[in-house]
Amino acid sequence: MPASTDASQPLAIDVRGIRRVYNVKPKPVVALDGVDLAVEPGEFFGLLGPNGAGKTTLIKILTTLLLPSEGTAHIFGFDVERQTKQIRRIMNMVAGGEQSGYGILTVREQLWMFSQFYGLPSRDGWNRVDELIEAVGMREQAQQRVSTLSTGQRQRMNFARGLLNDPWIFFLDEPTLGLDVSAARAVRELVLAWKAAVPGRTVLLTTHYMQEADELCDRIAIVDHGRILALGTPEELKRRVQRESVFRLELDRLEGGVAALRRLPGVVNAALAAGDQANGRSDRQTVEVNLSLVDDAALGGVVGALGSLGGHILALRKSEPSLEDVFVELVGRGFGDETDEGDGGDGGGRDDLGPSPDDPNVIDTTDEARERETEVVA
Amino acid sequence: MSTTTRNAFVYRPTASPQAAANWTPRQVLMTNLRTVIGRAYPRVRGLARERSWVFFEILLPFLATSAFVYVYRALGAPPQYIGFVVLGGAMTAFWLNVIWMMAQQLWWEKSQGNLELYFAAPMHIMAVLFGMAFGGFVMSSTRAAAVLIIATTLYGVSFSIDQWALLLAVFFLTLGALYGLGMMLASLFLMWGREAWHLTQLLIEPVYFVSGLNFPVGRLGVLGSVAISLLPLAVGLDAMRQLAFADAAYPAGTPSPLVEAGILCVMVAVFVGLSRWTLAVLERRARQEGRLSVRWQ
Repeated sequence: MPASTDASQPLAIDVRGIRRVYNVKPKPVVALDGVDLAVEPGEFFGLLGPNGAGKTTLIKILTTLLLPSEGTAHIFGFDVERQTKQIRRIMNMVAGGEQSGYGILTVREQLWMFSQFYGLPSRDGWNRVDELIEAVGMREQAQQRVSTLSTGQRQRMNFARGLLNDPWIFFLDEPTLGLDVSAARAVRELVLAWKAAVPGRTVLLTTHYMQEADELCDRIAIVDHGRILALGTPEELKRRVQRESVFRLELDRLEGGVAALRRLPGVVNAALAAGDQANGRSDRQTVEVNLSLVDDAALGGVVGALGSLGGHILALRKSEPSLEDVFVELVGRGFGDETDEGDGGDGGGRDDLGPSPDDPNVIDTTDEARERETEVVA
Repeated sequence: MSTTTRNAFVYRPTASPQAAANWTPRQVLMTNLRTVIGRAYPRVRGLARERSWVFFEILLPFLATSAFVYVYRALGAPPQYIGFVVLGGAMTAFWLNVIWMMAQQLWWEKSQGNLELYFAAPMHIMAVLFGMAFGGFVMSSTRAAAVLIIATTLYGVSFSIDQWALLLAVFFLTLGALYGLGMMLASLFLMWGREAWHLTQLLIEPVYFVSGLNFPVGRLGVLGSVAISLLPLAVGLDAMRQLAFADAAYPAGTPSPLVEAGILCVMVAVFVGLSRWTLAVLERRARQEGRLSVRWQ
């Protein structure tokens, strides 16, 4: 979370009414359409959206590589249009799939070369490089030529490059793109460790990996077609789509079936879990039920009433919606569903949301899409 | 991945982003100087790592030079002509370096993704170009020296130098003007994008010809005078030939070495100034139009 919300300190990122239009044929492309954003110093902020949403354009503007067509943007109080030098001294950036540098150099040499661009004295540069090589776990590759690195190794080297100048703000544009699970995790751990080392360090992450945004970010803006559709903490965003409390219960038996559960106070819906329905319970010794309640407080009454229905709880898990559910709710399509420009931006594709909440099977089907389940009772 | 290394994530603690962004003029200067060294580094290291240049950039130019040596010998040309062509062969290394590794470099850096990082770093982009030029100078000097020494030894070229200081000054001014031209072309080629390759091809042979790499440029008459007023290689080579073979009869039709040194001074100022200006225009335009930073463009 932000290290400080001191009103006298400028925002880490202050974007007002940014609009960016690319004049390309056959018609201009509006990449950003009136974006407002305020990121506090010390925040880990995520921009989440599908390809073409405008995330990279925004990051290019903030890193002084692109001018906005309209609006203003400031980094720690410095104007991205006029105070580029100041901004470039306190920021750095790493993009996914980055192939920067020169294959003929070793990792150590390449990083030293970049250290010179940030004005590190030569000897300090070599020392700094050695420290960072150690920190990113590349000691064995230090003398290896850049051209021989794997994708994951290369990205770790890119991170070391991005940290050479001790940036106050770090822009990460799809940093784990193309990395395997362990390499992506290593990169995330590295960023978190770097950020935690000094209060006030700020990260702006663009990604279309929802789990990554959920895991790393203090706040997230969901972007599509150049607009911010929603902004908040991951929990706040998820609450937008979860209007009920959803639990999965595993019982030893259940007299009267799920219909008996539906009659209990506070129960909005109850349904057998997908596996139980498919198998007709014939080969199961237990019963799994998805339970939708008006709120968490209703759970106590349900647990108390289960005794009278002849059931004992073997396990209970709370299901949470994912950020993808939030995205689908907002734009009417999933991240993987690419659309042409202008399509789907108004939430017109509600059919993709799946069955109506009134459908008895609602919990079963949505459960398949949920990314996380927090185990409450085992 | 280890995250426990001492101070790995804290290098130069600063009180605030504002303090970190506030650099002294000395910091600015030193950063730009270090950038020159840093950017020159890959080229200097490349000398030791990519040995193929010995074949491509010493042996092949040497063969081309040798062909002219044998032609001049067969025709019974004055002996200084052998020296003229050897000197021209040595200077070819610099021209090739300028056209292939300066003019096209920013375009290549863009396609590699380096250019964005250069623009996003705090140094002046001119420092990167100076670094490329310095690295290229070190690379090409080795090659030029190799061609000069081998050919001089093999073909018995004897130099007659009265004005060493002026010769050295002309040599470095020629390189200054050549690399200044390369820096300017780098900006223009970046703007022209994919056409850069064709432009490179277009420039090589005509420049070889009008620069008089293998014969005194004065022989070209008016065309030679035009070349002397526009091309650093033409004017520099002509002045160096006059100074390196002072006792030989030099074909008339070109200015004195001192005047040519003056022309080179103007060229250095104009080319470096123009490269700075074009780069500034280009960066502004790139930021406005998104050509620099948008991958799909």
